[in-house]
Amino acid sequence: MEKLLNLLKSNARLTNAELAVMLGKTEAEVAADIEKLEKDGIITGYTAIVDEAVYDPNSVTALIELKVTPQSQSGYDDIAKSIASYEQVESVRLMSGAYDILVSVTGTNIREVSRFVAENLAAIDAVQSTATHFLLRSYKVNGISVTADEKDERGLMFP
Amino acid sequence: MIDYSKVLSPAIVNMKPSGIRKFFDIAQQLEGVISLGVGEPDFKTPWVVRREAINVLEKGRTSYTANAGLADLRKEAARYFSDRIGVDYDPTNEIIITVGGSEGIDLCIRSIVTAGDEVLIVQPSFVCYCPIVTLCGGVPVPIETKAENEFRLTAEELRSKITDRTKLLVLPYPNNPTGAIMRREDLEEIADVLRRTNILVLSDEIYSELTYSGKHVSIASLPDMRERTIVINGFSKAYAMTGWRLGIAAAPCELTSQMLKLHQYAIMSSPTVSQFAAITALRECDDDIVKMRDEYDMRRRYLVDAFNKLGLDCFTPQGAFYVFPCIRSTGLSSSDFCEKLVYRKKVAVVPGNAFGECGEGFVRVSYAYSLSHLREAIKRIGEFLEELKNGTLQ
Repeated sequence: MEKLLNLLKSNARLTNAELAVMLGKTEAEVAADIEKLEKDGIITGYTAIVDEAVYDPNSVTALIELKVTPQSQSGYDDIAKSIASYEQVESVRLMSGAYDILVSVTGTNIREVSRFVAENLAAIDAVQSTATHFLLRSYKVNGISVTADEKDERGLMFP
Repeated sequence: MIDYSKVLSPAIVNMKPSGIRKFFDIAQQLEGVISLGVGEPDFKTPWVVRREAINVLEKGRTSYTANAGLADLRKEAARYFSDRIGVDYDPTNEIIITVGGSEGIDLCIRSIVTAGDEVLIVQPSFVCYCPIVTLCGGVPVPIETKAENEFRLTAEELRSKITDRTKLLVLPYPNNPTGAIMRREDLEEIADVLRRTNILVLSDEIYSELTYSGKHVSIASLPDMRERTIVINGFSKAYAMTGWRLGIAAAPCELTSQMLKLHQYAIMSSPTVSQFAAITALRECDDDIVKMRDEYDMRRRYLVDAFNKLGLDCFTPQGAFYVFPCIRSTGLSSSDFCEKLVYRKKVAVVPGNAFGECGEGFVRVSYAYSLSHLREAIKRIGEFLEELKNGTLQ
């Protein structure tokens, strides 16, 4: 299963036939394995890794640290879920350490992201403070290197 | 003016340059060539090994080492052999740390072969054995292995080449370029032939860690074979450390003591920084080997399937990082195939006959490349074969 997961993590578009060959299994076995991974909630989806900076050079992504007062009944859950429901929000994670919740947001420009933080995050009663970090450049996303391919310094041919 | 033809050694002047030179030159001058031609890992040396080298440099530990190599490294190498192939060597006098496996091969052949000696060389195989034998005045005697035997050496093939003058057998498994391995039962047959003789074995096991079915077996581990075997291994392929130039030669001290004299005069000692880093490799990088091997294994399965689907018969190699498809169905020679492929589709592979005449009709394809690289190459080779068949090849 680990090899299958690693292959899919590196390229989710490999066909079952290709996966079967590489893993030394039958296509049916691979299909069953994938179905199980999906059913067990281990694979929760398949997505394209988009380099937003190429797709829309003006877009900006920010990581926002939130210090939050936990609620008496639900702890952090309700706050995190309400933040997650905004479409601009790409991820919401509860963290250990100096702050509580880490939110990532992508917008078409800095002003839009700043406004979102001020109006929609900082304004939440339970949020004590926010720290917004704008992303400058990505080198690796979801385990995939997104910088231009490193040059192969090996020769073209060697016996 | 000096007449160089009079001053140079005829033995060197008559030495043939490597057979891939021509293709290398062609590939080099074309734009956008993707290569499947290299013989070294695409992985980087594990970070802990590189960091150790940096530490060593920071501490300024840059002097010569003992001729045979750092004592700690030889100890680790002895432990490695004991663990991996079940053969015990005395680290004080039976192990030499060499400049790559290549130097070990050179030391071994030069310490053994004299004028008129015959050296049996399993082919197809790496290109260095014959020239060194010839330089020693020895006679290289190729033993041609066959696709139908999965390029294994058979006892019969071996027996048919042995004469009174046979001194040494070069046994290069897992094999470059075929990817063949010798299983225990295959080696036992070979050992049966050799036990009653004075013939030594140079067992080039540089690809031993890249064995995909079962565990690598060394002929040195079979009864009575340790005394007549020189094991060559190294760090290049297993630990992705090609440029560090570090190998290991292990043999009974009667042999290593002679080899060490040559090493001492020609090399002094292997690169010190590399030696310190190699200790870390042997102590800490078993997991990296497994990870790399698993990755190679998936690529191997992908390529074998892809070539067979393209109609180029390809036996399933069990070692190294090469597949060796047969290209006879195209009606082209190995050289023509490679030349046309690199010109028309800009894919560089190595003609099989670069590794001995019996490699004619095959090409060597390396899978020391990422899967996406391999997929693109296979796509181009597919187009090439299609156009070849239709007669539309430009």
